[in-house]
This record gives sequence, structure tokens and C-alpha cells, in this order.
Amino acid sequence: MEEAVVPAAHVHAPPEGFIRKHVFSLDHKVIGKQYYGLGLVAVFIGMGLSWLMRFHLVWPTTKVPGLELLSSTGAPGGVITPEYYLSLLTMHGTLMVFFVLTNAPFAGFGNYFLPIQIGAEDMAFPRFNMMSFWITFCAFIVLILAFFIPDGPPISGWTAYAPLSAVGKDAGPGLAWGQSLWAMSIAIFCVGQLFGSLNFIATTLDLRAKGMTFMRMPICTWAWFITSAIGLLAFAVLLPACLLLLLDRMAGTSFFIPAGLVISDRLQNHAGGSPLLWQHLFWFFGHPEVYIAILPAIGIVSHVLITNMRKPMLSAKVLIYSMMSIGFLSWMVWGHHMFVSGMNPTSSLLFSFPTLTITIPATIITLIWLGSLYGANMQINAASLFALGFVSMFVSGGVSGFFLAQPSIDIYLHATYFVVGHFHMVMGVAAIFGIFSGTYFWFPKMSGRMMNETLGKLHFWITFIGTYCIFMPFHYLGLVGNVRRYSSFVDDFMAPLMPVHKFISIAAFVTGAAQFIFLYNLIHSRFRGKQASENPWNATSLEWSIPSPPPWDNFGGKHPVIYHDPYQYGVKGSKGDFVMQDSPEQV
Amino acid sequence: MGKFFAVILTLIALASAYPILTHMYVQPVDISTHGHAIDEQLSDTMAEAGFAFLGAQLLLAFFVWKYSSRKNGVKVKHLPGGAKLMVATAFIFVGTEVLALGVLGQKAWAEVYFTAPKPDALQVQAQAGQFAFYFRYPGADEKFAPLHPDKIDEGNGNYFGLDPANDVEARDDIVTAELAIPVNREIHLLMHAKDVGHSFYVRELRIQQDFVPGLDLSVHFTATKTGKYEIVCTQLCGLGHYNMKAYLNVLSQEDFDKWLKEKASEQ
Amino acid sequence: MASGTYTQIVSPSHLAGPDRASRSGIWVGIFAITMSFAAFTSALYVRQGSGEAAHIVLPPVIYANTLALLLSSLTLEKARRGIAKGLGPEVDESAAGMAWLVVTLILGLAFVAGQCLAWRSLATQGLYLATNSNSSFFYVFTAMHVLHLFGGIAALAYLIGRLAGSLRTFGQSLFGAIAIYWHFMGVLWLYLLLVIGTRL
Repeated sequence: MEEAVVPAAHVHAPPEGFIRKHVFSLDHKVIGKQYYGLGLVAVFIGMGLSWLMRFHLVWPTTKVPGLELLSSTGAPGGVITPEYYLSLLTMHGTLMVFFVLTNAPFAGFGNYFLPIQIGAEDMAFPRFNMMSFWITFCAFIVLILAFFIPDGPPISGWTAYAPLSAVGKDAGPGLAWGQSLWAMSIAIFCVGQLFGSLNFIATTLDLRAKGMTFMRMPICTWAWFITSAIGLLAFAVLLPACLLLLLDRMAGTSFFIPAGLVISDRLQNHAGGSPLLWQHLFWFFGHPEVYIAILPAIGIVSHVLITNMRKPMLSAKVLIYSMMSIGFLSWMVWGHHMFVSGMNPTSSLLFSFPTLTITIPATIITLIWLGSLYGANMQINAASLFALGFVSMFVSGGVSGFFLAQPSIDIYLHATYFVVGHFHMVMGVAAIFGIFSGTYFWFPKMSGRMMNETLGKLHFWITFIGTYCIFMPFHYLGLVGNVRRYSSFVDDFMAPLMPVHKFISIAAFVTGAAQFIFLYNLIHSRFRGKQASENPWNATSLEWSIPSPPPWDNFGGKHPVIYHDPYQYGVKGSKGDFVMQDSPEQV
Repeated sequence: MGKFFAVILTLIALASAYPILTHMYVQPVDISTHGHAIDEQLSDTMAEAGFAFLGAQLLLAFFVWKYSSRKNGVKVKHLPGGAKLMVATAFIFVGTEVLALGVLGQKAWAEVYFTAPKPDALQVQAQAGQFAFYFRYPGADEKFAPLHPDKIDEGNGNYFGLDPANDVEARDDIVTAELAIPVNREIHLLMHAKDVGHSFYVRELRIQQDFVPGLDLSVHFTATKTGKYEIVCTQLCGLGHYNMKAYLNVLSQEDFDKWLKEKASEQ
Repeated sequence: MASGTYTQIVSPSHLAGPDRASRSGIWVGIFAITMSFAAFTSALYVRQGSGEAAHIVLPPVIYANTLALLLSSLTLEKARRGIAKGLGPEVDESAAGMAWLVVTLILGLAFVAGQCLAWRSLATQGLYLATNSNSSFFYVFTAMHVLHLFGGIAALAYLIGRLAGSLRTFGQSLFGAIAIYWHFMGVLWLYLLLVIGTRL
């Protein structure tokens, strides 16, 4: 049986040369860093776009120096036009949802740490893995190209509702090539994510080291595993939807375009398509996408919290089952985005119940975190601060879900800033807190150097207070009825709300600026940071049993054997209050 | 640093709740017959969500205050009751909350969507197009003429695509840019999209409904207060989206009759 | 199994892992592809809810194509047997296995060529991609299937290349994974034929 195990041939040979080592690398660690890097580029572009949006909202006629160089039509003389505001909004949403929230916590950290945490040398299909990153990279380039074509990026929002997104240039600027590039980019992105998810699943199923049972996998490994199952289904549906959208746009078919539309005084030559079909397909992907963003963050934060609490969770099992229930329920709730879309009103009620039900596993997760804090020996550092901040954000963003899950309240709040506040907190900020937490926690492992804690804490305080200042008021605006996706509030009932918008904009500039502290810390620590030891946090999972940074084959040709559950803290071990997963000592 | 976190988090939680507790931001006055159900549901939910929010944030702050940066080697403790207690709490409290909100919420939803308009409701057709609303009243014959998209000619004021030359019913249809309605009378609004998706949102009416191209939907409501209210589009419809609005003018029955006669003569 | 406190060593050994992974991988991939076609099918149902278009009479060549694809699954199994024997002492048999593999590839290509004929036949009737919803779905279903089949064809060609090199370095698990995929393409096609025949 296991005695027969001989050191197997490596999954792939050690890489040689710059290209093989750093560009077209088969090493999951390099690919993970590439995903993370792509996410980092995307998040700064996305944040820049949100700055421009917030600027335009409160100073609509003021010049942004230099912006005319990016788009002479969208920002003539540097002043953002209302239609360019919609372009910024569309690109901000698309970049953040796809290229940041999917890339960094799932594909980035997942690629780097999932194989190590299960004791594998690499992913199951390293070549596929490399392809999936470069496919994603192509998707990114195709999307960014939209900024540089004459009529600019699309203006139909990240949800690209048909027929606005399907009929082409008659409907407005950016809806010709800009929208086509968008649809192509997302279709390509889906292919990359499908390959990636497939790889994650096969790796987790079959490459676990000896003794690594499913229940001995760390919580974040579980989160990535569940997420990849969700991603597999979600992107497998979005891909056909994007292909059909492209056919409507480029081949004259009518999947999403009904008959008799008159756009720009021109009767459109289409018949019988269904705009709701796009919404159904899109949200069938779109809602699970929320969990693709948040579940890895839940996993990372749990991992960081446990390590810094110096005690195990009340029950990792319950946490994992809750994540599974969230993943399962996420397939039955897409209709809650469509309560007022003209969908059958009975189905609205049917979609409402599973949506409300999701709060139960989400509450269990939160209570497990809170209950585990009881009696802990909480270590405060940048990673754990962001993890605690995540818990707070998750609660704040979660409770507003109560409102939107109810179709009757949604009649009033749908398409207001309440919705924007809700999803930014629970999906955007919370997931990004998860990424930050993971970064401060794992950076020593990934680079071999520590990050600067003082700068990290400063970054946390500004970001934590700042994001509350930005997104809490969104809810208040929504309650008053301030509608979203408007580039101007100057001459209607929303005009009195301008002071709130000014406050939000200023908070956004400050909070955004604080992110450069993070960037500086990241780059500076990479080269000048203090040398990191193998296990700077006294953690127990496998990634801390190997050198920082790990060798190309992770375990240096050895095959780890797992003896323990992942979180043996608060015990008497030979090294302190913990026992590592691969340590044969008894607990 | 842990204590600092606890203090800041407590301040954030209280500051977030303050505007809600002092009613700084509330919905505008409700002028519909069904809106009170939505408002009640909203305030019930606010109470429950607010309780959950404050409870969780303050508990988090308290635990971080109490259990952070303790002496090295301090023995960790476990919560009596453990995970079972947490799961039970979640199921009992949140489960009831979910069930209650879900069931209660149905009532408000049913009032809007599961009742048929009364037979004597005033029928008005709303058409949404980039970037304006137009409204059509059936005129003396109480019949809407069929629409011919190929006849749409905005330059000549034919926004709906009417064909009075061939359709008798079209000759008395009244087309306006403002939605005037009589107070305390039920309105059956027939919704038609000319080009892309739009939405009909009147805060005071507590009505929001998408216009879906190719799918003619309708809503019905009764306004109980006269006055002028803004109708805004809430479905992203293109570059002029932010500018797409019209007015809802709730008039007394006499004023409405007068208005309609005036508009008829302008056609 | 190890004794004492280190119980539950249930995980696979290292050698078996990658081999099993290619099999899991292919099943996971099949799951994703199924999901995609389910999305296309539900799109068809929703779309037909808003008005039916003229029924499409399937070009007869479709049935010949179906036969070719089903036969190719049989020949692939013949190839598998041949190669399995070839790994033993009877070296002649592996050549036979190789020949069956080539036949499979040719049948696969014949299927694709036949589908092209079917498209041309539809085009001569004036039925193009954008003509009506039924023709749109016909082209989408068949083209997406052919696109996925190209993956199988490329894999077969790769296998033949590997086999021509040396039988010893040839991965059994790889063959198994490709065979599962290829059979799945046949099953998927039967499903699509049913949908196309009854709904379009």
C-alpha cells in the first residue's frame, strides 16, 4: 500500500530561464502571483475610475487635468461628460467584479496556497493552469482596449442589460465596438475561469497528501474548493449568454432583441427575442458570482482569525457546512435581482424565500467567528485587523440584504443607492478586506520578507473608517430614494442630497489615497522588508512547514504526511501553543 | 491596539445607527393606497436589521476589547455551549425573523401585484423611450389605437406610432408628456417600451416597475394626495438616462377633466 | 494502514494522484459542458415562449453524421483493446489498435464534414444564422458541438502522435480520459439531435 510509494517523477521539471520562470511558468505559485498582480493592476484602475465618478458627481463641470488625453470625446477639455460617466461606471463594475474580486481572492491566493495546503507539488494540470491565467490576461487586455477605441467603452453597466447592450451603435456611444469588446472579454474570461475551476477541483480531489482527509483541509482550502464548484457552474452559463449576445450584435440574430424597436428613429430589424432571457442567464451567473467573491474571503479570514486567536474555531465543520449551504442556495436566488423586471410576480416570492434563507448560514458563520473570539488570546496585527474589519463589514453588508431580499421593499429600494451600498459593503469592501488580510498574512511566505506592520496598521485604520464613511451614507441616500447610475443630481429631487454626496466623495479620495500606502508597503517590503522565517505567525497549516519563499516544487521532493486537524492551537506542542499538521507529535 | 479597535468600531456602529434612529433619512410622504404596507414592512425590517447590526458590531467590539493582546501564555477558553449554541441561535432568531419577514412581506407584495385593477380604473398608456416618457389617454371612445412602430416620427410629434389616417380609434387618442391623473381614482398604467429597457419610479407612489421591450406590462395604483411629483427612469437606458424624467400631476377630478379637455384640443 | 494515533490515512498515494486527476478533470469538464448546453437549451425554451418560427426539416445527411459519430465510439473501444493487448507480448495487436484510432479520427472528421454539408443544405434553403429563431438555434447548437468535438479531435491526433513514438511512454490514463470525452461528445450529440428534431 503506501509503502509502495516511491518519490514520483515531478509533475514538471524545474523551470529554467526567465520566460519559463516568470512569464509562461507552470508553477502554481508564480501563476498565483500573476493572478494577484493582474488583480492589483485592475483594482488600481478600477479605483481610479471610481475617483473620476465621485469627482464628476459633485463637481460635474470641473476639469480633470489630463483626462482629455484618455478620451477627447468623453472628456473634452478634461470635463467628464454624462455619457463618459456611464462608461466609467461600466468599466469600474466590470473590472472590479471580474478582474479583482474573482482574480485575487480565488484565482490568486487559491492558486498559490491550495496545492501547498493539501500537500501537493503543483496543480493537477499545470499547463491548463498557465493557459487559464494567460486567457484571463487576454480578457483583461480586450476589455482595456475599449478605452482606446474612438467611441469609447460601453455604457450599459456591468450587467449589460439587453437590448441596450445588444442593438449596437444606434443606442448610444460605446455600444458599437466598445460593447462588443466587453462581451468578448467576458466570454474569454469565462473560458479562463472554467479551466481554473476545473483544475482546482481535480487537484483537491486527487492530489491531497497522505493523511490529508477532506476534514483536515484548512477552511480556506475548503472555501476555494466550494468556490471552484460554484465558478464551474456560473461561468458555464455566462459563457453561452455572452456568445448569444455577440451573435445578436454581430450576426443579426434575435436572441435578446424583440420586434418593433425604434432606436434613434430607426426601426430595428429583429424579431421575437427576449430581453428577460439575458437577465435570467446573467443573474444565474451573477448571484453565484457574489459568493465567488466572498467565500474565498470568508475562508482566508477564518484562517487568519484562527491563527491570531491562538485557538480553533468553535467548529470548523459547521463553518464548512455553512459555506456549502451558501453555495447550494446561491443557485436558487438569482431572481431576486429581477423583482421589478416584469418577471412573474409569483416567482418573485419564490425567489425571496431562499434569499432570506441564506441569512441563516451567513449568520451561523458570523456567530461562529464571534463565539470563537470568546476566551481567545487575540493577536493584533495588520492581517488580523483586516480580518476583524471583514467580520464587521460582512455584518453591515449582510443586514441590508434583509431589505432587498423582500420583493415588497425592493419596489421602493430597487435601483437606489441602498443597493449600491449593500453590494459594495458585502461583496466589494468585505472581499477586499479579505484580500488585504490574506496579503499581510501570506506575504512573508510568498516573498520571504515581512511587510511593514506600522504602515499596515495605518492602512487599516484609514481604510476601515474610510469605507464606512463612504458606504454607510449610500444606504441613507437609498432610503430617501436617490437612484443609482445617474451622472447628475442637480435639477431634481435628489439635488438636496448633494452635501451627502460631497462627504462621500471626499471620503472616497482619502480612502483611495490610503491604498497607495499599501502599494508602497507591498513594493518596499518585497525588496527591503525584514527577512521572514519559515513560520512567522506560529501557524499550523502546511504552507508554514516549508521555507519562505517555497522552493519550486513546494516540499523539496519530500512528501508530507498529515497527522492532525488543521487548527491545533491552544495545546502544548514542542514549539509552543500549537502543533503543526505534519508534526507526528501527539496532542 | 485591540482596545482601540473596539472603541472605533463602537463609534462607527453608533454613528451609523444615529441617522436612522433620529429619522434623518426617511422616505418621502406616501401618496398611494398601497404604500403604507411597504413602509411598515420597511420599518419592521429596519428594526430587526438594526438590532442585528448593533448587536453583532457591539459584541465584536466587546470581545476584541476583552480578549486581545493578553499576556503571553494565557490559557484560551472556549465558549460554553460551543457551535451548537451558535447554530441554534441562528436558526431560532434569524429563522423566525426570516420567516416573519418573508410571510409579512407577501402581504405588501400581494397588494401591488396580486390584485386586479378595478374595471372602472382609468387606463393610461406610458411609453418609455430614449430619453423621455410619453403618455396616452384613450379619448372619448375609451379605446387605444394599435401602435405602428414604423410610423414613429418624433419630429412631427408622433411619439407612439399612431396612424390616424387609417385607424379611427387613433383620432381621439391624447398624447402628453406629463402624467396627469385624478386623485383617489385607480389608475391602470399600461407600460410600453419603445426601444430599450427603462423603469417607472415615483418615490411618493412607492411604485417601481421596469419597461421591458417586447413585453407589455402594467401596474395599477391610486394616488391620494394632489400635487406634482417626479417620475424618474431607474433602468440604465443610455447616455441620457440621468435626464429621463417626467412629472406625475395628481389633480382633483374637475381639474383633471379640464386638463384632459385642454390637451385634447391641442392634439 | 498505519496504526496507532495516526488513523484515517485514506488519501491516495502520490503515484496514483495525477492519474486519477485526469479522470476527475474530464468528468468535471463534462459537467461544465453539460451546464453550458443546459443554458443554451433553456434559452431555446424561453425564446420559443415568444413566438414560434417555421419548423426546420433536418437535412438527411445529419443521420449519416450521427451514425459516423456513434461508430467512432465503437472504433475507439476497439483501439483501446488493441493497445491494451499491445502492452503485453503480442506486439502486432498494438498496430491494430493504432489503426482503429486512426479510423476513429477519420470518422470524427467525417462527422465534421457532414455537419458542414448540413449547414450548406440549410443555406441553400435560405436558412441562415439570423433568418429566424429556429435556424439561429440550429446553427448555435451544431456549431458549439463541433467546436467541442474539435477538442476531441485534437486530443486524438495528439494520442496518435504519442503512440507512433513509443507505446511505453504512452499514458493509459490519458487515453481513458480522452475516451470518456469522446463518448460524451456522442451522447451530447444524441441529446442535441433530440432537441433539434423535436423543438426546431
